Amino acid sequence: MKKILFLTSVLVVWQLSLTAQNFYEFKELPYSYSALEPYIDSTTMETHYAKHHKGYYNNFVKAMQEGNFDNKPLEQVIQNISSYSVFIRNNGGGYWNHEFFWNCMSPNKTQASNALTKAITDNFGSFENFKKEFSSAASTVFGSGWAWLIVTDSGKLKIVKTANQDNPLMDVVADKGTPILAIDVWEHAYYLKHKNLRAAYVENFWQVINWQFVSEKYADAVK
Amino acid sequence: MTFELKKLPYDPTTLNPVVSPKTFEFHHGKHLQAYVNNLNNLKTGTKFENMDLISIIKESEGPIFNNAAQIFNHEFYFDQFAPSPKSKPEGALAAAIDAAFGSFDNFKKEFSAAAVSVFGSGWAWLVVNAAGTLEITKESNAGTPLTKNQKPLLTFDVWEHAYYIDFQNRRPDHVAALWDVIDWKVIESRF
Repeated sequence: MKKILFLTSVLVVWQLSLTAQNFYEFKELPYSYSALEPYIDSTTMETHYAKHHKGYYNNFVKAMQEGNFDNKPLEQVIQNISSYSVFIRNNGGGYWNHEFFWNCMSPNKTQASNALTKAITDNFGSFENFKKEFSSAASTVFGSGWAWLIVTDSGKLKIVKTANQDNPLMDVVADKGTPILAIDVWEHAYYLKHKNLRAAYVENFWQVINWQFVSEKYADAVK
Repeated sequence: MTFELKKLPYDPTTLNPVVSPKTFEFHHGKHLQAYVNNLNNLKTGTKFENMDLISIIKESEGPIFNNAAQIFNHEFYFDQFAPSPKSKPEGALAAAIDAAFGSFDNFKKEFSAAAVSVFGSGWAWLVVNAAGTLEITKESNAGTPLTKNQKPLLTFDVWEHAYYIDFQNRRPDHVAALWDVIDWKVIESRF
């Protein structure tokens, strides 16, 4: 009993001394910078991960530390983003979105689960039509932003767009839901390789989608 | 009325390394050209078909507004550079800048901070506002002072495509360098 009390108090002291920097993890890329070549080039991956993503992370933890850091997991912050500053919305969004985006891609050939394949066919008529609609959404985000495949509250699949670093989990966006796939269409995601040709980047993205991850996210969302 | 790509008033190889020829090739030759082509296509068969650009900007929304406003913003942006620019304002404009911002250096500091802090795609502007005083504003995406009863004098494009080839993620470095090619003779003429 004494031992448990001791361990508990150590844990409490440790928790109180946590900084936002220690609490929020900047995860490693799940593959190397060059792993998605030739579809996503390694210079883009490196700049995107080590500069842009890291920049959002650094800004976010600094702002949380200077504000009221209270050990809230990132996802909870994102879901209640209206109670935070615009700076935290932008940078917390950038932090969460990019981590999710890296997981949406893989150098390995992966396949959608039967359940996800059926849901895509049920919601969009066919996989080809889903691909067309998702690509069209990604191509028509005006300015910086993201296109998403989400599961809505009623369990339906839906393609939505968000501006800047907003995402469908945020309580401030119009089209809310659980994201299961995302494509970043900020120019920094494709400019070094494709310049103004966003459609070519979007087409290449289909070659590296991690369908295993998307299928898992779908299964979680409809559980 | 068909809109056409407005030519640059200088040789696009002469602003290097502040703005590289490669950036001009894409920013002017591809992005601005695409806005021109898109607007020409989108307005066909609409009430905007025979309108001038400014009227379209003031009366439209959605994709027609986006493309029309981006044409104005880019032409206004490209027109303000020169390889051997007048490096600071004089006369009435210099006095107005001092009155509004304390000094030319402080104005540049505040304008740079605005340009760096536009989140996402957009523009920083120096405008004469409705009250007749100088003001620094930020606009996202295709936002433009023309719809806000403001007279634009100077603008920095901070869409990533404006600097990504030359500076990648380092927007502050691009913004700091851009002052070297702003021709204050042009800005004075807009005042």
